[in-house]
Amino acid sequence: MNTASMPARRPLTGQWLVRGRWPGRLFLGLVLAVIVWKLTVSVLAGPTIFVQQLINGLQLGFVYALIALGYTMVYGIVRLINFAHGDVFMVGAFISYYAIAQFRLHEWPGRLFTGMAPAASIAIGTVTVMVLSMVVCAVMAVVIERTAYKPLRDAPRISALITAIGVSFFLEYFGALDFVFSPSFITYVRPFPVRTWYILDGIHLLEAGQTRPDGSITFSNILVIIIVVSLLLLLLLTVFVRRTKTGKAMRAVAFDKPTARLMGIDVSRTISVTFAVGAALAGAGGMLYAIAFSSIVFWMGIIPGLKAFIAAVLGGIGSLPGAFLGALIMGQAETLAGAYVSSPMRDAIAFTLLILVLLYRPRGLFGEPEREKA
Amino acid sequence: MRLGFNRSTAVFMLGCAVVFAVFQFLFSAGILNDFWYTLVRIGAVMAIVSIGLNLIYGFNGQFSLGQWGFYAIGAYAAADITYRWTQLHNTSGLMVLLLAVLFSGLAILLLGKYLNQVRGLDAMSAFAIYLLFVVLAILLGASVARPLIAPTTALLNALPEAVSGQVVFFLAVSLGGLIAAEVSFMFGLPILTLGSDYFGIATLGFTIIIKVLLDNTDTMFGLTEMKGARGMVGIPKETNWFWVFFFLFVVVVVTRNILHSSTGRAIVSVREDETAAKAMGIDVAQMKTLTFVVGSLFAGLAGGLYAHTNGFLHPQNFNFIRSFDPMIIIVFGGLGSITGTVIASFAWALVLEGVLRIVLPEGFETWRFVVYPLLLLVMMLLRPKGLLGTYEIPFLRAALPKRRKRETNSTSGVAQAPVGTSTGEGG
Repeated sequence: MNTASMPARRPLTGQWLVRGRWPGRLFLGLVLAVIVWKLTVSVLAGPTIFVQQLINGLQLGFVYALIALGYTMVYGIVRLINFAHGDVFMVGAFISYYAIAQFRLHEWPGRLFTGMAPAASIAIGTVTVMVLSMVVCAVMAVVIERTAYKPLRDAPRISALITAIGVSFFLEYFGALDFVFSPSFITYVRPFPVRTWYILDGIHLLEAGQTRPDGSITFSNILVIIIVVSLLLLLLLTVFVRRTKTGKAMRAVAFDKPTARLMGIDVSRTISVTFAVGAALAGAGGMLYAIAFSSIVFWMGIIPGLKAFIAAVLGGIGSLPGAFLGALIMGQAETLAGAYVSSPMRDAIAFTLLILVLLYRPRGLFGEPEREKA
Repeated sequence: MRLGFNRSTAVFMLGCAVVFAVFQFLFSAGILNDFWYTLVRIGAVMAIVSIGLNLIYGFNGQFSLGQWGFYAIGAYAAADITYRWTQLHNTSGLMVLLLAVLFSGLAILLLGKYLNQVRGLDAMSAFAIYLLFVVLAILLGASVARPLIAPTTALLNALPEAVSGQVVFFLAVSLGGLIAAEVSFMFGLPILTLGSDYFGIATLGFTIIIKVLLDNTDTMFGLTEMKGARGMVGIPKETNWFWVFFFLFVVVVVTRNILHSSTGRAIVSVREDETAAKAMGIDVAQMKTLTFVVGSLFAGLAGGLYAHTNGFLHPQNFNFIRSFDPMIIIVFGGLGSITGTVIASFAWALVLEGVLRIVLPEGFETWRFVVYPLLLLVMMLLRPKGLLGTYEIPFLRAALPKRRKRETNSTSGVAQAPVGTSTGEGG
């Protein structure tokens, strides 16, 4: 066909104005400007309240980080949004609840060695409970992976996603049965008493019955424990992924499955290990979340699970530091939105954030550019 | 081309008429009581929602969990219109929404014609431009509507009460659908560019956001009649067997006609292989948007019908957990089967909500949601295409292309199709 004979395209009126990406960038700029302005106003209005919100956000962010790591690892390795991950988190919370409230497992060192310092006894006991819920969650995740996901590994991705949704429902409503967990809210029994400190010219212990002095910032031992435990687990995970042979295999499988298989890596086993490690972190996260918010119910895992997934996307799915940082941002965004926009809108904020990230930076903060579409 | 009905069409129409008449008789004679009457209507409503979702996911391959959000939008919009008509005796809801929808729809259409020719505009920029104009159009429509409220109220009052109620109801349900469609267009504009599972999560987020907004309708938007988290009451119970049947019939026929057109084949080709579809000259983005909008339109219609079934709406009914219901229905009924969707919807309503509730002893009701996902898992492992697969009754089945005379051997015709078409239609 002779192109020269075709009529020339009439230039579109106003093409110079609407072409390019600037309207979208402008829109994003406006949204960001409104957020920054709102935050600045609120910081100037009450700096201590703002810092207090940041601390609350930190607590939430670290819990999200523990869940988000499992999401990002599993997604990085099998490209599956593991909906059931949030419910594994719920199971972790319930296991620790029963271990503490029914079996008093957090007191075992004190009972075994009478005369042991109560603080040391509770510390060792609490760690035992946490390890127990991590192990239970890991075993459960491997069972789920073997029975539900493995047969679908070569099926379309969406079939696996629907299966994951099914597993998630099953765990929730199975847990809601009377003889399994409970259909209603349960008040969580904390293994240790809550201590609160306030910062006002130095750090002081807030005595029982004492109200917080004006202009002070408070934090509790729960916050400290959550941060310490999360950082410790993160360190362990990093060492595991970077330094061990299994960790190396995980990275290899995530990078290129067929080649990893050719190199003699047991792909199936590696995937199971990934699920187990992710679920163990989620189990620990579930316990910490329950300690922080002291109320558990069978559907408690859904929303934190989704938010942790969003955090993983925000940080760049497949990237461990990304998931961690994304979760911290998520925690801050949620508490700040709850404090300064409107409390019921905090769930909506998370998803708005997700949509904006996916649109403007689909690979997240730390993600690698998509190599090929799976 | 033969004129008139062919055999499958005649059988389908006759079958519909018989089903309608039989159920109408059963309900009006009181053989099926109110419990079953409600369930049948809910089943039909679910069928409409699920057909919309099947269009989006089953036929176009976009994994959407946002169907329930559009359903909620349709329900609340339609309920607001009829509530204002029956309780406040004016057409304020009807006229404002009608003109806002008309103006913004017009803005979208005109802008779409223009922006489609613009090169190098990314999705977010298009979204920003559309948003600006749609907001302006809605404001314009609302201000134009104000002076029209009094005359239209007088006009509708001149009609007999039964007739005006039905007219307002019909308009309300239709407008609910159109509003859902416009929202889905605006939302789909940026979202449809995402990959399949990200799209699923984003649409799930949409459903969650809608639920949160519905919880705060009275405090955040000043729509006091919706009563926020306490639930909206006082909606006239206008939805009867005729209306649900009518809308279901229209939806089935419209879906069938879309799918059998060249647009429909383009829609299905996007599901099969996006890259190949693009290579064949199909505007993939446009097909995705079209399917998403039509599917959401159906969800909105169904929402309107649902709102007028019980006369009561609560944000909890639009919890995002429920957005898995239509997903499960289409997975069972068959991804890409209208027949299967309709059957599965009625089965869902009548068996899961009806029979099991009666048959099972008191405490066993909670077991429903344990068995339900297990069935889903077994389905995904054994029959991932759904119970009926892509089976259709003859009327809904895509007509086979007319055999060309020159093709003597059918097998060689298929095998050589690429060569044959390139010589026949290329150039």
